[in-house]
Amino acid sequence: MSSAATIIERATPPESGPRALIRRLRHGDEVAHVLTLLFAASILLITSMVVYELWLNSHLSRAKFGWAFFRTGVWDPVFDHFGAAPFIYGTLITSIVSLVIAVPLGLAAAIFLSELAPRRISDSIAFLIDLLAAVPSVIYGLLGIFIVVPLMRTTIGPALINTLGYLPYVGRLFRGPNYGVGFFTAGIVLAVMVVPFIISVSREVLLTVPREQREAALALGATRWESTWKVVVPWARTGIMGSVFLALARALGETMAVTMVIGNDPKIAASLFAPGYTIAAVIANEFTEATGDLYLSALIELGLVLFLMTFILNGLARLLILATERGGGHP
Amino acid sequence: MSRLRLVWRKTLNAIMLSLTGLAALAVVSVLFLILGYLIWNGGKSLNWDFFTKLPKPVGETGGGMANAIVGSLKLLMLAALMGLPIGLLAGVYLAEFGGKTFSFVVRYTTDLLNGVPSIVIGIFAYTLVVLPVKHFSTLAGGVALGIMVIPITVRSTEEFLRAVPVTLREGAMALGASKWRTIATVVLPAASGGIITGMLLALARVAGETAPLLFTAFSNRYWSDGWEQPTASLPVMVYTYAIAPYDDWHRQAWAAGLVLLALVLLANLGTRLALGRGTVRSV
Repeated sequence: MSSAATIIERATPPESGPRALIRRLRHGDEVAHVLTLLFAASILLITSMVVYELWLNSHLSRAKFGWAFFRTGVWDPVFDHFGAAPFIYGTLITSIVSLVIAVPLGLAAAIFLSELAPRRISDSIAFLIDLLAAVPSVIYGLLGIFIVVPLMRTTIGPALINTLGYLPYVGRLFRGPNYGVGFFTAGIVLAVMVVPFIISVSREVLLTVPREQREAALALGATRWESTWKVVVPWARTGIMGSVFLALARALGETMAVTMVIGNDPKIAASLFAPGYTIAAVIANEFTEATGDLYLSALIELGLVLFLMTFILNGLARLLILATERGGGHP
Repeated sequence: MSRLRLVWRKTLNAIMLSLTGLAALAVVSVLFLILGYLIWNGGKSLNWDFFTKLPKPVGETGGGMANAIVGSLKLLMLAALMGLPIGLLAGVYLAEFGGKTFSFVVRYTTDLLNGVPSIVIGIFAYTLVVLPVKHFSTLAGGVALGIMVIPITVRSTEEFLRAVPVTLREGAMALGASKWRTIATVVLPAASGGIITGMLLALARVAGETAPLLFTAFSNRYWSDGWEQPTASLPVMVYTYAIAPYDDWHRQAWAAGLVLLALVLLANLGTRLALGRGTVRSV
């Protein structure tokens, strides 16, 4: 298309002066170009305005607490004392739990879809998984409250406490009172929510691995699994990492489902069954009740922290996926 | 010895491959579990009142969410008015006019904007629209959702424009049409089916968003007149009713959840089937 355009441009002899300008405007190409350019630039504007507004409106809190904001574990609106530590901890723990569940599950499913399933079946399953990704998060929260939390209280929680709870070191994560709400429950719900993203992206990346790689491995006598695990997956590993980062960014920023099942208690607890709080959840719960400018400012600073975390992760993820889809994981 | 090893390798092969199949099955069955639970619980509580009546005061049973349904439609309309034109024209720029570097920057930023947590978009709309006038409004909610519509529309528009064959453009230009006429009268109509589908998917996605509405459109137990007042919306109603301590509210939360899920999934199902899978990426 660009070649056609250059041919036409060359065909008309170059003119100068106001008449030429009017002619070009009448043709409208420049106008259309500038108009669409402005709209494209507006995306850059909106994104930088998000950063600017968050930075500006968190001024009070930044000025008062400085870096101590990140170390302080107290969140006390009554005495105007705000620290982000419990929320950052909760956000990280729930996201890690969700990835521990979702990455093996999602990668396995993606391997099945790209390596084993016939194309037609693979496509229809991927279609269903896209639908799963479209389910609104408040619906996950609804199911979380009424299905997962009771299940956690009566079945999953006790089962884990009675088995993993006795392990050395890791065991302490699985001890303590089990209320049904808490880090682990939030992690389960998050895992279900991010798994479609891991599958969808990993499957696409795995499908870009050249067929010859598989055939070479099989020709050397590898089993199907060996060719997949030792050749195909390593080839696509950068893209798979990208999908995991993407999922992590989703999990960090997820609000509604987590708010509904985490228990909303700003404490740092060793047990995964303890109730906790996340950045997104505290913003959702307290933003409308925030009386006082410092309170609001602290919440907005939490928003800024969340924004930066997801922004960096997403940036990395996109680069990794681009790198794999362009050149493969190997030089 | 080597025979044993071969047996082991084959067994491992069989085990791991069936595990991958089980994983895929498990994930897909979650979708059907979700559908099953919502249809079962929501179906029991859904009735005509839900669509026609206002919420009852606390303590009284019955009532409906007519105001929330209308509120959601109003919010979606605002989001469409704001987000779709920006998304469409930016997509046209990326596909038809863009150079290399600037296009890359715009595309990359679009992806990043798409990944910004919805609650942060909510804060942004709050500082932009709510803070200056000091009250929650439908307009603020529409702005929040509108921003979320943009990135999805941009990427799908660009993808579908790129799929239009070069020969069509060359044909139009050979007939003497200028570039913008080619785009407006040949390329855009050729890609219109896909572009509209992408827009519908973008709207379906924001239709289920709750977090950015909590402190922009807020909520309302009555009808909301015009655009300046806070308004109820289906996702926020699901949230507030689900965490409330009343059984009757839980019942209505399931009903609202079912209606919301049905809307979102039907929009997805319809548009994706009409177009064929694989053309629109969900991430």
